Amino acid sequence: VFKRFVEIGRVAFISFGPHAGKLVAIVDVIDQNRALVDGPCSGVRRQAMPFKCMQLTDFVLKFPHSARQKCVRLAWEKENINEKWAATRWAKKIEAREKKAKMTDFDRYKVMKAKKMRNRIIKHEMKKLQKMSSKKGKKPEKSEKAQKSEKVQKAPKAQK
Amino acid sequence: MAGEKAAGEKKPGEKAASKKKTLEKKPAEQKEVGEKKKKIKKHHASRNPVLARGIGRYSRSAMYARKALYKRKYTAPETKIEKKKKEKPRATITKPVGGDKNGGSRVVKIRKMPRYYPTEDVPRKLLSHGKKPFCQHKRRLRASITPGTVLILLTGRHRGKRVVFLKQLATGLLLVTGPLVINRVPLRRAHQKFVIATSTKVDISGVKIPKHLTDAYFKKKRLRKPKHQEGEIFDTEKEKYEITEQRKSDQKKVDSQILARIKKVPQLRGYLRSTFCLSNGVYPHKLVF
Repeated sequence: VFKRFVEIGRVAFISFGPHAGKLVAIVDVIDQNRALVDGPCSGVRRQAMPFKCMQLTDFVLKFPHSARQKCVRLAWEKENINEKWAATRWAKKIEAREKKAKMTDFDRYKVMKAKKMRNRIIKHEMKKLQKMSSKKGKKPEKSEKAQKSEKVQKAPKAQK
Repeated sequence: MAGEKAAGEKKPGEKAASKKKTLEKKPAEQKEVGEKKKKIKKHHASRNPVLARGIGRYSRSAMYARKALYKRKYTAPETKIEKKKKEKPRATITKPVGGDKNGGSRVVKIRKMPRYYPTEDVPRKLLSHGKKPFCQHKRRLRASITPGTVLILLTGRHRGKRVVFLKQLATGLLLVTGPLVINRVPLRRAHQKFVIATSTKVDISGVKIPKHLTDAYFKKKRLRKPKHQEGEIFDTEKEKYEITEQRKSDQKKVDSQILARIKKVPQLRGYLRSTFCLSNGVYPHKLVF
């Protein structure tokens, strides 16, 4: 049922508080609610942090409990956590949310135009498909056209 | 005061003479020359002996007499401005006599006596401080509004339209243009408070805006000559606004310069053509403009 566990070396994402948005590694567990946490590569000093504000990620580092910051940093850089994190969908979603919030009026207009163009293309292909299916009603032809339309959909997405 | 000055002057003279033996001649000579000049204008010691610190023996009036200031009255040299002021303006003018008694000339006063004296004096107005007339008010401009900024008009017949800001006029209103071919907004004034400044800017650095575009140019004209015929007044007033040729030419001049710069930015023309609107889930306090 549970896949991510609190363990020594587990990399966690801080969701709220003064260090919101940063990654830390769990160095040691203090008691039921707090952990000793350190983020040498993300600008978080070694400190106690409640579990409530931490959200566990998929990454685990290898270092012994209560290891000093240097060891944590070595392990972090060896695993290249910063790059791996940036490649996850989680981080990408956060970045997309931030970008959307920063959109200016002009950006919003450009997005609207891009979406409009994309939807037109999709609709066009869909109508084509519907026409085909209504005229001929043959399954193998449908699957060919479906593959083509998917490719067309991915192209405008990448442009945006 | 004079005594202190004299003491001070004497001391460096003495020191120079005693210390610098090689330069003895020069300061000695200078001293002689200076002394000769100074003998004519030798400064007297203080004529007001000190009783206690800050308290002199003689009063102000006594000191006036003792210093013989009644004899010593100096004036500053007359400046050019004062000389100009002394020139009295012409009081009368001679005009030719016309009409029946043609020929000859008569003398006419330029500044005539008042033709009416009120029976009661006008009451003196109380002094007020810092209340300036509108023309002297300080005009402020929001930091987000700079020449070339795209503004969103919020009121008026052009509400929701995106428009290019040109400059702030003397009354504080903003001079703004569509440009006309893009969104049918002519050269127009807009109020700073009823405008959203976006962060989109057009580079208007070299654009020359004609200097005759002032508030008086844009002000609404109203004819008012009621000659006791109240029934006909409403017909004579301008009901329909007619676009003058001057406005068209000014519009062309300004717009041609701006359109060139708008074309350089991709999609900006379409952006200016569109109107701003709110829809579901769009909250102005959360929007970044």
